[in-house]
Amino acid sequence: MAKVEQKTVPLNGDEAVAFAVKQCDVDVVAAYPITPQTIIVEKFSEYVADGEVDTAFVCVESEHTAMACSITASATGARTFTATASAGLALMHEMLGVASGCRTPVVMSVVNRALSAPINIHCDHSDAMCERDMGWIQLYTENSQEAYDSIIQAFKIAEHLDVMLPTMVGLDGFVLSHTLENVSILPDEVVKKFVGIRQVPRVMNHEGELVPFKLDPANPLTIGPLDLHDYYFEHKRQQEESMRKALEVIKQVHDEYAEQSGRSYGNGLVEAYRLDDAEIAAVCIGSTAGTVKTVVDELRENGIKAGLLRIRAFRPLPVEDIVRNLAGKKAVAVMDRACSFGGDGGPLFHEIRHTVYDLPDRPKLVNRIYGLGGRDTPPYMIERIYRELQKIAKTGQTADTVQFIGVRE
Amino acid sequence: MSTQKKGWKEISLGGACWKSSTEYKTGDWRSYKPIWNTEKCVRCMLCHIYCPEGAIKHDTETDKMVFDYDFCKGCGICANECLADAIEMVMEGKE
Repeated sequence: MAKVEQKTVPLNGDEAVAFAVKQCDVDVVAAYPITPQTIIVEKFSEYVADGEVDTAFVCVESEHTAMACSITASATGARTFTATASAGLALMHEMLGVASGCRTPVVMSVVNRALSAPINIHCDHSDAMCERDMGWIQLYTENSQEAYDSIIQAFKIAEHLDVMLPTMVGLDGFVLSHTLENVSILPDEVVKKFVGIRQVPRVMNHEGELVPFKLDPANPLTIGPLDLHDYYFEHKRQQEESMRKALEVIKQVHDEYAEQSGRSYGNGLVEAYRLDDAEIAAVCIGSTAGTVKTVVDELRENGIKAGLLRIRAFRPLPVEDIVRNLAGKKAVAVMDRACSFGGDGGPLFHEIRHTVYDLPDRPKLVNRIYGLGGRDTPPYMIERIYRELQKIAKTGQTADTVQFIGVRE
Repeated sequence: MSTQKKGWKEISLGGACWKSSTEYKTGDWRSYKPIWNTEKCVRCMLCHIYCPEGAIKHDTETDKMVFDYDFCKGCGICANECLADAIEMVMEGKE
């Protein structure tokens, strides 16, 4: 299929998300405003008030209810969206497991922000990293363009019959959410056709009949009730299987979208930047990848073989892609914008180190924790990481495996 | 009911129930059993309304309150709400 002609409009990250949702023919949005996600909810409620969308917008009293409402709407077969950040995501915690357990493909944008206390409204990834094990697909974006593209892809991924899992799309608070960027937008009808009409699988009901998997008075169905030692484990095993299948679906949807938009992000799971012949590499998530790419380009101009691996899909974790891309590297720095207190490194570090463990020639790995609470991470700080990696590659010795960068002693 | 339990590849998505809840007799959760006193009862039907399990019915032919002990969990709400003091909660096995 040929690339579609597109308009370029100035949008910040939140507006880009709201605009994508507007184009995705969403039936229900239930959301509660929280900085730095507020613009998404504001903008979308304007679309509703102006009659630009055919969406039921539910003003709820908390994020816990926002998620409860989204789960219920999604369980009726409705295409459902919500958005949150930081404390809001933390308040949803209990319901996140209900969403994935009930197999409701809710799409949620998480505008990544630090957790209290002390209270802080700026970017880090501690909010979403806390929800790693709640059974949600997690995609992280580098810029507002990718946030727009990923929201559209997220509906198709989440609702895919092989997946049927809720999906969160992360975008960095303020760095993306409140920063104006040129965003290319697809025509409404192209997006509408791309996401299609939500389908539901068929399941056996209490009378032994195959019925659509949705709450419908015409076909009574009970979803997610008491499940003790006899069947709970089997349902969890099902979720794990769908996560594994999601790896392929994320790639497929990404490729299909790339054909029409002309935009791609690696293979949809990871993006390797100047990594093929690299000897040293950084691994990171989110908007910092943009700064790292600039540093990599400068280092390359000076003949240093540096590269970057950006993780776009954190759940499911694309183990094979990570292993393939990091095999043969001499030294790798994993950059975490979250801290697992007392855990000897950040969450991304744990995951990356685990994936390369079985490589016979695994690289030396270090962890650099940066940018907590929105602390700026300028290019010189990243360059310093690469300079350390050069030393490690040369000597084979790592001094401090886990270091905090940009923090005052 | 079959004793052979299904594997994860066979069961419905999201815990969707493929059997009726009526097959799951929850009455054996009960510690205290409601015992109905026909003399005291004024047939106000409050017990029928309040029972969270729908386990109390009025038999119009015999004019008796009928307790379904297959599903009564012994919560005691009926005895608590009864205005005529016509329901007594008795320890299972000592009725």
